Amino acid sequence: MSTVTPNFPNGAYGPIRRKEDARFIRGKGCYVDDIQLPGMLHGAVLRSPVAHARITAIDTSAAEAHPRVRAVITGETLAGRTLAWMPTLSQDVQAVLATDKVRFQGQEVAFVVAEDRYAARDALELIDVDYEPLPPVVDAHHALDPDAPVIRDDIEGKADNRIFDWEAGDRARTDEIFAAADVVLAQDMLYPRVHPAPLETCGTVADLDPVTGKLTVWSTSQAPHAHRTMYALVTGLPEHKIRIISPDVGGGFGNKVGIYPGYICAVVGSIITGHPVKWMEDRSENLMSTSFARDYHMHGEIAARRDGTILGLRVKVLADHGAFNGAAQPTKFPAGFFGVFTGSYGLTTAHCEVTGVYTNKAPGGVAYSCSFRITEAVYLVERMVDVLARELDVDPAELRMKNLLRPAQFPYTSATGWEYDSGDYPRALRLAMDIADYPELRREQHERRQRALAAPPAGDGAKPDRLMGIGISFFTEAVGAGPRGHMDILGLGMADGADLRVHPTGKAVLSISVQTQGQGHETTFAQIVAQELGLSPDDVEVVHGDTDRTPFGLGTYGSRSTPVSGAAAAIVSRKVRERARIVAAAMLEASADDLEWTQGRWRVRGDPGPGKSIAEIAMAAHSGLELPNGVEGHLDASTVYNPPNLTFPFGAYICVVDVDPDTGEVTVRRFIAVDDCGVRINPMIVEGQVHGGLADGLGMALMQVIAFDSDGNCLGGSFMDYLLPTSMECPSWELGATVTPSPHHPIGAKGVGESATVGSPAAVVNAVIDALAPFGVRHADMPLTPAAVWRAIQGRPLRTDLAIT
Amino acid sequence: MRVTLTVNDAEHTADVEPRLLLIHFLRDHLGLTGSHWGCDTSNCGACVVWLDETPVKSCTVLTAMADGHRVRTVEDLARGTDLDPVQQGFSECHGLQCGFCTPGMMMTARWLLDRQPDPSADEIREAISGQICRCTGYENIIRAVLWAAKHDRPPGEAGEPGAAGTGQEDVG
Amino acid sequence: MQVPAHFEYERATSVAHALALLAKFGPECRVLAGGHSLIPMMKLRLAQPETLVDINDLAELAYLKVEGGELRMGALTRHAELLGSALAGRHFPILHDAERVIADPIVRNRGTIGGSLCQADPSEDLTAVFAAVRATMVVSGAGGSRTVPAREFHLGPYETVVAHDELLTEIRVPIRPGSGSAYEKVKRRAGDWPVGAAGAALWLDGDTITDAGIGLAAVGAEHFAAAEAEDSLRGSAATGDAFSQAGQIAAEHCHPVSDQRGPADYRRHLAAVLTTRALHRALRRAKGTTCGSR
Repeated sequence: MSTVTPNFPNGAYGPIRRKEDARFIRGKGCYVDDIQLPGMLHGAVLRSPVAHARITAIDTSAAEAHPRVRAVITGETLAGRTLAWMPTLSQDVQAVLATDKVRFQGQEVAFVVAEDRYAARDALELIDVDYEPLPPVVDAHHALDPDAPVIRDDIEGKADNRIFDWEAGDRARTDEIFAAADVVLAQDMLYPRVHPAPLETCGTVADLDPVTGKLTVWSTSQAPHAHRTMYALVTGLPEHKIRIISPDVGGGFGNKVGIYPGYICAVVGSIITGHPVKWMEDRSENLMSTSFARDYHMHGEIAARRDGTILGLRVKVLADHGAFNGAAQPTKFPAGFFGVFTGSYGLTTAHCEVTGVYTNKAPGGVAYSCSFRITEAVYLVERMVDVLARELDVDPAELRMKNLLRPAQFPYTSATGWEYDSGDYPRALRLAMDIADYPELRREQHERRQRALAAPPAGDGAKPDRLMGIGISFFTEAVGAGPRGHMDILGLGMADGADLRVHPTGKAVLSISVQTQGQGHETTFAQIVAQELGLSPDDVEVVHGDTDRTPFGLGTYGSRSTPVSGAAAAIVSRKVRERARIVAAAMLEASADDLEWTQGRWRVRGDPGPGKSIAEIAMAAHSGLELPNGVEGHLDASTVYNPPNLTFPFGAYICVVDVDPDTGEVTVRRFIAVDDCGVRINPMIVEGQVHGGLADGLGMALMQVIAFDSDGNCLGGSFMDYLLPTSMECPSWELGATVTPSPHHPIGAKGVGESATVGSPAAVVNAVIDALAPFGVRHADMPLTPAAVWRAIQGRPLRTDLAIT
Repeated sequence: MRVTLTVNDAEHTADVEPRLLLIHFLRDHLGLTGSHWGCDTSNCGACVVWLDETPVKSCTVLTAMADGHRVRTVEDLARGTDLDPVQQGFSECHGLQCGFCTPGMMMTARWLLDRQPDPSADEIREAISGQICRCTGYENIIRAVLWAAKHDRPPGEAGEPGAAGTGQEDVG
Repeated sequence: MQVPAHFEYERATSVAHALALLAKFGPECRVLAGGHSLIPMMKLRLAQPETLVDINDLAELAYLKVEGGELRMGALTRHAELLGSALAGRHFPILHDAERVIADPIVRNRGTIGGSLCQADPSEDLTAVFAAVRATMVVSGAGGSRTVPAREFHLGPYETVVAHDELLTEIRVPIRPGSGSAYEKVKRRAGDWPVGAAGAALWLDGDTITDAGIGLAAVGAEHFAAAEAEDSLRGSAATGDAFSQAGQIAAEHCHPVSDQRGPADYRRHLAAVLTTRALHRALRRAKGTTCGSR
């Protein structure tokens, strides 16, 4: 670990062990499937075996006759309660249980409630559904064909599969720059459909108390408060009679942002039976039906001067959104934050247009640690820069260094209108190159290439010298959504609340609206409060994940916990500190104006006395001490934090691969990641998040994909088919850090949860393509499986989103 | 059918369906929810427990097959309040985030260290290669097991307390 | 998690007992060994046997020994035991090459070699290995035992010569002097089935190949073997050219199919590359230039 700028030298920040580990290492975590309630029943979902078909009949009588079955729910049952359809997070609707057609393989058709989970599964086989097959739309490139079947005939007047057209940037100016540029290069590239696949699948326990009318839902939720509002809107239950508890969550990565039909069915099951109903997805259901990610078919163009100055980018995207537009993103951003695609470079101009289409695939669209599509944007620009470097025959590091934004340019407004808060990009790239010993890597590569040219592999059967590739990616993220004036989800502005209470003995409880799925909020947020109040993190309890015990807020995704709720935690602590100042003034018989906060205590300025600690002040605040008029007793505060802007973490990544030219196998030899996420509250946790994201990026680059065959069958519906990286594919990650505080965040922190997932795929792909340079390969689509690499070498690249034939 | 299993040194007799998977018996019948499940196809390893002396994927073992055998789960790693060095290592080295794969990883780590007290990083990688972690990129899991190897001790000797605290050392 | 449908469970106490149970419950009965192929299939409800006969108590089928000039392996030998056996590795390093890349360490703790062979997946590694080393399978039934050459063991995908009332009990590999063997596999990721794999065994007299065995997995090779390639090697000198040619011949005689692991043309290509590589490695081992591994 190399650090250029140290973190805060003293105080509560630092690599302390996590509080939450105490339960996890003992097997005492409490995840949704660990919940057992008296009389609890179990649900199971019957799913469509086909991608597109009209339902002509459903016979549930045999299932209902099963001795352990309590209820069978169909679309018709739900329609009677106006629950057959629910709103998505993108102004569309989605079928809870199909009433008219099924629109993707794995779509929910019926829900069985039984006394145990095995019986519920058995009963699914007793339901008869008649399907009248319809032609499916599988290839997004044919979704807008004039003769394409109309998937969403449920929408009145819908005559095609177009969802939206969206653009950003200045089209006319971009066209001008391109027309006059020395060099213009174009490249098609696919960021294929992948799935976040947290190790714990999605699930819920719904318990409607028939006496009080209160619905309690234990759920794998990244956004408990948003879920509560959504349940209220969907079911019509009053919001104060709904309590969402998100207990320990086994990873989210965006998969647990939305509400899935199974959740609604479990609620209805509980209403119908009068018992709690548990529903847990199996892995196939998770991969086949819940929010996928990416699926961007991109056409990129880059314009530059012959000297390597990048002038502009022009992008067209065909976005496959599946059968329902269920992308979870701020309302005004139908392509998420893809508009930040100019990346880390000072371009004169840029323009992109994105067309969203329906296909007969599962809905979703924004998930998987992408910061609302910034991973697609970064992949595009970082591949285009490498394409340009190849064309100009310059080193890709040199080309980047030439075009990176300079520190003096911040705050920087990009060609598409984003205001980057702070950064020192060249410093991060230089550090990464130093850690990697970049010149030595290039020297080794050159030497090996010369050797291969001089002596082609002899027939001695030794494996041929492997091809060495070096890939660079520089990314800028935009996280911490967001300013509520122009960022909302379902009309809910993206601000988050925090409540802080200091008990009489000086122990504090912080309640927050965000929800950890492994990020360590119970530790990090305690550190934030501790730092502000001069406490030990051990003396701060963090409450989260229960809507009855926490203030409203939008939840944890898009790397927004630290930028938004972390700021709220700091602000609410400062409010408490200011309250404490008044109390301390009364205790010290001084004017509050004469007090200063130093070394974790309020002291009288210029007085060598010890002053008063928060613990002493807290006791006094709860005592009979006389306080100035208008000052309430006790020591607590609330806040709602409305971020003034996003934060813009960034990083420089270098990947070194070896490729077997005969088999196409790729080995990642080294991966160097320098991240700058501003001030690091707990560097150990930050590094852990980076490690995880790097593995994610490696997985997407090399193995993860959800493809479909021509009938619309999902070809990635199990962990045998949807491959996640293991310990064997991951190198020992080499990290570095620079620290450029965010100027507008109260503690200078930026989000980091998704940085590595956003930044790393391009580094891996660039490295593989670099290795294949001797074969003249300029691009190949992810995932770069052995077959895909070999086919790229052959000049017959695979179409990775379709069945391999 | 009636089965008798010795789970974490306690004997349990139960009437179960022959098809009941061991992971469900442990979790739903005995309430030992420390072991998890994450897939249908024996790939993820969240369910790893020991059957007699070896780690197995308990989603792929019938309770009936374990009749008459011993099972050891994560709940048996600590001796009272005395944590196993593997548990300490995972905490010290931030070898876990969401915690879902952790019990299975620790059971495999304990088994590895019992057979190979001084494993290399590569040996640890190989040992855990049948278990998926989505959070850590494996790096800190490997460091955690190396930490445990360094701090391993014969059974019965006292270990460090495992509760959270700020006095951290040895975090790589 | 997905769960199996109902079935009856019987635990066998001896081979004879297992055979009696299999006879009693008929064709809808399946043998349960490690269960790591069968139970996932049952969870997905792709297999729905009425009865399972658990043979895990049959310690008499869990052994590795040299007897009668053969390496003999009980069908209930766990993959981890085979991988851990110095005896097996000394005589047939190909067994360790393959076992290192079959599934993962935890699955190998439980999965059995007999179970893998009887599952008869077209991508199964050990089937190619045993084809290469010309193993013999011992199949036991009520009327006694019969032996079947490894290359005749499979009748097609997921289908073997073992009748519903029979049990695979032993695998025998003849030990002949002057041999070397190796296995090469390309997979998408650790633990995955092969995209293509080749095993090679060579028997040498000086530099002359007296016999060769080539086994192939996942590339659509008839009987998991490359008989024509073996013919091309037998009697010839052990040279790089001969090995390359054998690889080409092996590839020409494959009938690979495309799936998400890879397209047919790539798999055919792999058959050639991996056969050649395995032959080279087998040769080095036969000549004793390296021991155990590359």
